[in-house]
Amino acid sequence: MGITREEVRHVAFLARLELTPEEEELYSEQLARIIDYMEKLKELDTTGIGPTTHPIPTPNPYREDKVQPSIPQEEALRNAPDKERGFFKVPRIIGEG
Amino acid sequence: MKPYSLTIHEAHRLLKDGELSPEELTRSVLERIDEVEERIKAFVTIDREGALKAAREAGERLKRDEGVTPLTGIPISIKDIFCTKGMETTCSSRILRGFVPPYDATVVKRLKEAGAVIVGKNNMDEFAMGSSTENSAFQITRNPWDLERVPGGSSGGSAAAVAIGESLASIGTDTGGSIRQPAALCGVVGLKPTYGRVSRYGMIAFASSLDQAGPITRDVEDAAILLGIIAGHDPLDSTSIDEPVPDYLEGIGRGVKGLKIGIPKEYFIEGMDKEVEEAVREAAKTLEKEGAVVEEVSLPHTEYAVATYYLVATAEASSNLARYDGVKYGYRVEDPENLLDMYCRTRDKGFGAEVKRRIMLGTYALSAGYYEAYYGKACQVRTLIKRDFEEAFGKVDIILTPTSPTPAFKVGEKIDDPLKMYLSDVFTIPCNLAGLPGLALPCGFTRGGLPIGMQFIGRALDEATILRAAYHYQSVTGWHLLKPSL
Repeated sequence: MGITREEVRHVAFLARLELTPEEEELYSEQLARIIDYMEKLKELDTTGIGPTTHPIPTPNPYREDKVQPSIPQEEALRNAPDKERGFFKVPRIIGEG
Repeated sequence: MKPYSLTIHEAHRLLKDGELSPEELTRSVLERIDEVEERIKAFVTIDREGALKAAREAGERLKRDEGVTPLTGIPISIKDIFCTKGMETTCSSRILRGFVPPYDATVVKRLKEAGAVIVGKNNMDEFAMGSSTENSAFQITRNPWDLERVPGGSSGGSAAAVAIGESLASIGTDTGGSIRQPAALCGVVGLKPTYGRVSRYGMIAFASSLDQAGPITRDVEDAAILLGIIAGHDPLDSTSIDEPVPDYLEGIGRGVKGLKIGIPKEYFIEGMDKEVEEAVREAAKTLEKEGAVVEEVSLPHTEYAVATYYLVATAEASSNLARYDGVKYGYRVEDPENLLDMYCRTRDKGFGAEVKRRIMLGTYALSAGYYEAYYGKACQVRTLIKRDFEEAFGKVDIILTPTSPTPAFKVGEKIDDPLKMYLSDVFTIPCNLAGLPGLALPCGFTRGGLPIGMQFIGRALDEATILRAAYHYQSVTGWHLLKPSL
């Protein structure tokens, strides 16, 4: 099963990746081959088989809703590429009108 | 014998007896790094000052005989996937360059509390995605047995460092074989514990239902010591298992008499290296001579494991790696036009080729119209793979397999063919899908002088039995004593 350039562009957008035209070409070829290999799973009849999403089932852990110490704001912001008055700062969300 | 080539337990005895000081031991390791690092490239960060300071503190502890553990004053290294407070943590990715965590991963915290000396952070495949350490954004680590070859991956820096004496042991992570395969390719011991045995808090996530931390060491005893320190329940990781941690050294020397060992017939595949097959079959004979009962078992869904894994792991990764958006930490592209432009270009420039490939694959497998056919199907097949093991463990106590179908391959040999690279994880992946513990240890050498590894797989939470079998095998063969010369 092939995967078109159009599909690659769509998936890249969903993943918030802006690929170069060279990357688009490379990935459409490579992903097609990998997905072809994945088709192997279709040989198996899995009717009625439940999915495993967690290998070792553990009970949902609950805890008291208590206030606990956390990382100070200044430290939590230390690695931010841009910040202002205790906030993470990002470029404008809507294009200039 | 130079101090840097000691095992943890050997060094511990000398430290306790006052025949060696932690500072001398650490200096020996740092000198070894000076001597070989330019050729091996096992580290992305080396912390000389911090290591010497920790060594002096450990020396004080030993002098006062206060809170001394088997790890007090032992120089170790840590894969750069673990958050280390105040020390850059990159996952060998451009997107995390300059990131200095404000806290320690639980594993790191436990090692520090035990008095370990952390000499630095090991190179890896970016975000642990790879089997050769060629996917690091910074450098390619070389195999100490042959500098033309890869050390395996993704914990290749860890395995290479331990093999050549740049640290006495390292902590790696294993999502589909990333501790065991590099251990095999570098001739050292690597243990992936049961999923949930070791806390994942502060360990940068790749595929959350598969990731597990574990030791890479020079012998089995050291693996038992390190596991004892890092294992245990952690309220900060909701998937961490709340079961007591046994003393992994207790009973490790009980031998293999009567132990039932299964050899899965599906693990001797076409295309497998003949010398690897011979070495593992020979190891089975050795274990039989020592009193183990070796029998054939079947894990019929083995051939579907790689496809299952690369759907599950990439789906989880595509979600986990959404956090790298140029907002909270790490790299942000220059002069973004708007928020969306910043996200897309930051991620395109910040991530390397393999990481993007896997994000793409995972996003595709989860996208509308394909979810059931790919991700859903893979989760069902995962159940079948898990059942295979349950059935086999109804008959045998442990399972013996090769670790990797081939010894170390050449740098560049598989890097342009992702599928070929993925298939090199064929024997290690099933363990992660089923959540079981797996231990890789040396079992011979090729005629060309490359190490060969075998793997013991155990029941969930039964690390003790695979450690015991491996300890016995190691003591009657001694493959682990051979060292690369550089």
